[in-house]
Amino acid sequence: MITEQIVERLKSIMGSEKRILLEKADLVSYSYDGSFGAYNPEIILQPVSTEEVAGIVKLANDMKIPVYPRGRGTSLSGGPLPVHGGMVLDFSRWTQKLIIDPEDTVAIVSPGVITADIDREAQRHGLLYPPDPSSSHVSTIGGNLAENAGGPRGLKYGVTKDYVLGLEIVTPEGDIIRTGGRTVKNVTGYDLTKLIVGSEGTLGIITEATLQLIPRPQATQTMMVIFDDIIDAGKAISAVLTSGILPSKMEIMDQASIQAVEEFQPIGLPIDVDAIILIELDGHPIAIRDESEQVKQVCLEVGAREAIIARDEESAENLWKARKLVSPAIVRKKPTKISEDATIPRSKIPEMFRRLQEIKAKYEIDLVVFGHAGDGNLHPNIITDKQDKEEMKRVEKAVEEIFTAAIELGGTLSGEHGIGTMKAPFMEMELGEAGLEMMIRMKKAWDPNNIMNPGKIFPETKGQRLVLVHD
Amino acid sequence: MTSQLAYKETFDCVQCGYCLPACPTYASMGKERHSPRGRINLVQMAAEGKITIEEITESMELCLGCRACETACPTNVQYGKILESFKGVKAAEAPAPFMENMALQKVLPNKKLLAAMRASLRAYQKTGMDSLARKSKALSIFPEQLRAFEEIAPYIEMPNKQLRTGILLPEREPKARVAFFTGCIMDVFFAKINDLSIKLLQHAGCEVTVIKEQTCCGALQNHSGDTGTSRKLAKENIAAFEKGNFDFVVNAIGGCGAMLVEYDHLLANDPEWAERARVFAQKNKDVSVILNKLGISFSRELSGAVTYQPSCHLLNVQKVADDPVQLLESIPGITYVPLPKGDMCCGSAGIYNIVHYEESMEILDAKMEHVQSISPDTIVTSNPGCHLQMCLGVKREGLEDKVRVVHIIEILAEACGIDHK
Repeated sequence: MITEQIVERLKSIMGSEKRILLEKADLVSYSYDGSFGAYNPEIILQPVSTEEVAGIVKLANDMKIPVYPRGRGTSLSGGPLPVHGGMVLDFSRWTQKLIIDPEDTVAIVSPGVITADIDREAQRHGLLYPPDPSSSHVSTIGGNLAENAGGPRGLKYGVTKDYVLGLEIVTPEGDIIRTGGRTVKNVTGYDLTKLIVGSEGTLGIITEATLQLIPRPQATQTMMVIFDDIIDAGKAISAVLTSGILPSKMEIMDQASIQAVEEFQPIGLPIDVDAIILIELDGHPIAIRDESEQVKQVCLEVGAREAIIARDEESAENLWKARKLVSPAIVRKKPTKISEDATIPRSKIPEMFRRLQEIKAKYEIDLVVFGHAGDGNLHPNIITDKQDKEEMKRVEKAVEEIFTAAIELGGTLSGEHGIGTMKAPFMEMELGEAGLEMMIRMKKAWDPNNIMNPGKIFPETKGQRLVLVHD
Repeated sequence: MTSQLAYKETFDCVQCGYCLPACPTYASMGKERHSPRGRINLVQMAAEGKITIEEITESMELCLGCRACETACPTNVQYGKILESFKGVKAAEAPAPFMENMALQKVLPNKKLLAAMRASLRAYQKTGMDSLARKSKALSIFPEQLRAFEEIAPYIEMPNKQLRTGILLPEREPKARVAFFTGCIMDVFFAKINDLSIKLLQHAGCEVTVIKEQTCCGALQNHSGDTGTSRKLAKENIAAFEKGNFDFVVNAIGGCGAMLVEYDHLLANDPEWAERARVFAQKNKDVSVILNKLGISFSRELSGAVTYQPSCHLLNVQKVADDPVQLLESIPGITYVPLPKGDMCCGSAGIYNIVHYEESMEILDAKMEHVQSISPDTIVTSNPGCHLQMCLGVKREGLEDKVRVVHIIEILAEACGIDHK
């Protein structure tokens, strides 16, 4: 409960009262994110300094008020949702620090900086910040760090955690600590940096990050490979990745998504095919020209119908356009889109496709698959209407079965979206009782009063189910 | 009352947040409720009775209506429809002030009143009254926002009557038969641009007619929630332009063009008019589209760095992005420099800069920072509102001697050696 006294104390902590939001229109505006469910907070604070954050958290810890850190609310797993009310800390205005140090090839950033802006600044120095979630032009780096965001380039370059050298964090008790440092090699003590990245705001609040940058590849080359049978597409992915070439991106579109795009905006995709893979190579222009020919041969050998290599940047853009059009195309039928990111080992891609088709038929739902095929991070998307309660019940069951299938095939619940509220009920299925218990013990050690993003990652009651729509 | 809100349309929003970087008020105000995603949610909440119309009013009224969010949206949310539904509910609940209604319903659609206004403004400028008023500080009785606009008001010129009567033929066999849409405010403040547009169309090979019966497009009324007046004006215009068998109806005003191409939405539920509105909407084109399509020949070399601030409604509603740029790039002698974040609204937005002056100036200041970063010699616009706002921006930065603001038609005419007289 946020009393008037607490508001007064917050006013003395915050540098400006303009960054304390209490109006009803504000409360409902921070009740949602890109996932499901809406929960009103009692107050929103927009901090722009470590001192403000430390002051807020100390007070919250004393008064046992839940604290919900939030970037720009693009989360697909419910990370920023204030499920127990309390305070939302909106970091979107803390964009002030974005320093590139070309000599150390690092970037030092405040949590509200937009992910794509880091890469854009890095580019001016011939450097690259590789993680590229599709929302990178919207999302904040703070949110990316908390959720350990991925993206298409994950195939070659890994994900957010692979580029974090050091952090400044405010602990749940309001202390300011630093983890890691400014060097690639650093083995001093436990690797708290990696523990915090991906902890979804449950162990502390990131107030500054030191990120590793790498030399920017000189050029890219895009190609589109067309398959009559999705099983061959699966084989082609493995064949390319064992041919001595590591593409920067390998994205798959299944038949349903290809057809949806062609119905929406005909761009000349073949609609009688089972799957398309878009491949991007990066590196020295002469090397990738040669490599793209090799990739083409490898794909044709395992049964691809055709492989089209983009002639120039414009035709490359046209090829990627197909992938970009999938989202607008598939929501034309029904408005609600549930993007899952269960991830499986590469070798299981054909089997996962088979299972997904079974689930689609069993629950009579619209399901399309397009995603990061190269790293097994498929994105089965269910297209539905959240106002249709009966269908949503079937969708909930279908999503549960997708999770089960992924785990049975040796995969994981989430490749890059995070657990949040949506996948909490399934944690034990993947980690086992003891595995989950060790995580809960760590949470208790860091956050004894359970004020830091409570209600996330861990199931709150035994036998909790996935709920997308509340009655 | 709230049943009139476009509730169903709000469910097309998946709350992904891709609209946030495109929204000028989210950038300047930094709060979710001033973002498109926030506003769509507020309308949904209001329709469900979870929040009152009163509580969402500030957020909704501070929206510029630039509709850049629609261009950014990956799921085709019809934001314009959602916003207008709010305006409609609001207008029914609390009618706009008398003067505003008077202006929108009676003055804009009235040719005689507009002509009188133009004549008196011209007299005010011609007699030197304007500089006298400025020097004597007589204008200081007006609020800051009105004074700001008085100072940048364009020099009023009377429309060329010869261009406004009968059918104008091109030199050779006509490539297209077009009717020219003059607009109401445009023909008061920028009659010269209409004149030049007509001449350029002729130059490009069009047979041009200016229809007397045409009236105001209804955009400003629609933005204020007065769809009744907009529908009435739409019908008058459709009927007027149906009289000739034209290939295109052409205008040089981004904002009016956006209204004209959406007459089909406006009259979708009127069985007598829906089909006629659809045909009319399809014929409407911005002058840059026609000139770029037909081609124009330049006779003079210009110079300097030229940038382009698109009209939001030309870009986001009419979806015209490339034609003006291609035309500018083809002008001999100039260097075209893209404006960083050029797709962000300048803060003019109809009468927003008068009604919400401070918020508008914050948006304009951000815009001018981007302008300064490329130091252009010329800023090109494609709508009278944006034109005045950019003039104001240039004045606020003290750049009047370094940067000129022109309508795209003016610079094209200059390069084609076409004079207004």
